[in-house]
Amino acid sequence: MSTTAPRTADSGGPLTTPGSSKLDPVLFGDNQFFGINHRSEEKAREQAMRFQDLDAIMAVIDDAYASGIRTLMCTTHDRIADVVERVRADPERYDGFSFFPCMPYAHKYADAVTENGILGALNRFMPGEGMLNAMMRGGRSLAKKDIEGIITLLVDAEMAGFAGVRTPVVWLQNVVVDLLLGLGFTDAFAIFANHVRTRYGAEPGFITMNLPMLLDHLDQAGIENPLVCSNINKIGFRMSGGVEAYQDALAKRPFRAVAMSVFASGAIPPREALEWIYAQPGIESIVFGASSRSHIESTVALVREFEN
Amino acid sequence: MIRVGVVGLGKMGLSHLSMIRAHPDVSVEAVVDSAGYILGVLSKYTGLKTFTDFEKMLDSVELDAVLIATPTRFHAAMVRTALDRGLHVFCEKPLTLTAAESAELAAVAAVRGLVTQVGYHNRFVGTFREAKRLLEGGAIGRVTHLQAESYGPVVLKAKGTTWRSKRTEGGGCLYDYAAHPLDLATWFVGNATGVGGTILGSVFSENTEDEVYSTIYFADGVSGQLSVNWSDESYRKMTTRVSIFGTQGKIIADRQEIQVYLRSTAPELEGYEPGWTIKSTTELTDEVWFYLRGEEYSAQLDHFVQRIGDPSLPATNDFASAAITDRIIELLTADAAAGPATTTLVGETTASTAPKARRGSLLGRRS
Repeated sequence: MSTTAPRTADSGGPLTTPGSSKLDPVLFGDNQFFGINHRSEEKAREQAMRFQDLDAIMAVIDDAYASGIRTLMCTTHDRIADVVERVRADPERYDGFSFFPCMPYAHKYADAVTENGILGALNRFMPGEGMLNAMMRGGRSLAKKDIEGIITLLVDAEMAGFAGVRTPVVWLQNVVVDLLLGLGFTDAFAIFANHVRTRYGAEPGFITMNLPMLLDHLDQAGIENPLVCSNINKIGFRMSGGVEAYQDALAKRPFRAVAMSVFASGAIPPREALEWIYAQPGIESIVFGASSRSHIESTVALVREFEN
Repeated sequence: MIRVGVVGLGKMGLSHLSMIRAHPDVSVEAVVDSAGYILGVLSKYTGLKTFTDFEKMLDSVELDAVLIATPTRFHAAMVRTALDRGLHVFCEKPLTLTAAESAELAAVAAVRGLVTQVGYHNRFVGTFREAKRLLEGGAIGRVTHLQAESYGPVVLKAKGTTWRSKRTEGGGCLYDYAAHPLDLATWFVGNATGVGGTILGSVFSENTEDEVYSTIYFADGVSGQLSVNWSDESYRKMTTRVSIFGTQGKIIADRQEIQVYLRSTAPELEGYEPGWTIKSTTELTDEVWFYLRGEEYSAQLDHFVQRIGDPSLPATNDFASAAITDRIIELLTADAAAGPATTTLVGETTASTAPKARRGSLLGRRS
């Protein structure tokens, strides 16, 4: 990854790759804002308490911005809409800032399915109320255009909150990607990719816990050089198919890799984790979440060090 | 290749279908659901053979096993039909709506030598497995008390429209949520000898309970407390925690980590120190072939597949074990229906605070 301006390990400049279609080398994640912690329920609750205040979230995002990070890779959680609003309201302060929405926010749908069933849940989240009911009347099966219609309407509903800010990449969350992957519903990937490209002029991305298997299916769906985000870490945490299969894919397969869980939720010391990441071929970007300025700054400093 | 039919394509059924179809040793031969629109989509886009009728599917395709994830009230009849046809059965929890029926199905399967399993996925969570291993090794001495809790944000308003909001169909916090911590409790300390002080409370629901609280008496004098609430939106998703107290220490386990406190007098144990030792899911979880929503969901299906290949493997979550959980669910239901039994000092009760007199319990009182 090349950058234009020279910089030192502990300071300076946006962490971006100007003049390139590549992603920034570091994307900021948002799990920490919503009580998601894969190692401790107590830590998760502490964070949920701290970040129920929007100002607390913005303070951390501001720290990330100050350290050079320009992208927030975020869920489509209701509260992200408030973050978007702050950024939209102050374009000078957040110059060059982008959102990478990851949709859908799955728990919202899962709880709705428990309460209202699959159709009921779809109806609740789809704009143009009644369309689904009309299609279902008489119990006729869904035609291809109906499926396309449902997928694109759901995407549009999730994207509504991002109007007026930059969203150069739109991700499909792993729980949906991997559900479709296991079912063998490969066409849905192409429908999502086409819609994201044509309607939003954005690059479609796929998050998965099953990277080697997904790459085969994206091939079948005709999606070339896909943007794929998955756990990539030294200890093989949640890398289904095994570390070797992931390393093999990174070395040989044409795709754009974004690594998440690089620290395996804190199980690997930062320097050791990143040293390993930068020794792998073909990783375009990493996504990490943090809630303190010191953690953000030390991670960014390590990235600048290893990148150079 | 193990040939499997998947029955019921709701939230659990679809995710089971996705995981088991990705299993290298499994071929999904057919799926069954009553909703035509789901079948239409699956048949068009995934090439799966689809049926709206369970028996018709059984008549039409050759199977080794079925995976049943229909609403609970359909379980008993479907499981019986499958066992009668000599099929191995994986069934979602709870197994049936009566303890007697669950026990009978377990007996039928045992006679026929069929592999059975119920979807209590927590027994495949790395931290809970570690807790089980520690207990079996006597790490915390004699267990005196266990506390089993689950909380989550399922029902946050009065009206639901699915079977899960109707107790008669197997909906409600007791069947849907409390079954999980209960099942873990029986795994850790064995069957219950009785229950008391059970409360099935409502927060929002009109036709079922949203809270379950009870005292459970286990064998060997172990006491237990159950605290479950599925209308608690302060939790992002279902959270289950078990705390186990022993004469030599205690264990607190949830899905993410296990915290173990050992007294200085506790037996020595590799990897554990006197005082606190904390281990995280990242170090206790085995890799799975396919990950959808947690390693435990994949691992439990793999266990079923492995046992069909070699039925002599020790069983986790077979019907006999699920029948124990169903029995305690029935005890809790009867205890709650009998009303509160409280102790007061002579002359203290007033009309406004006195609980209703306890009707004769179906189960007898502990003396």
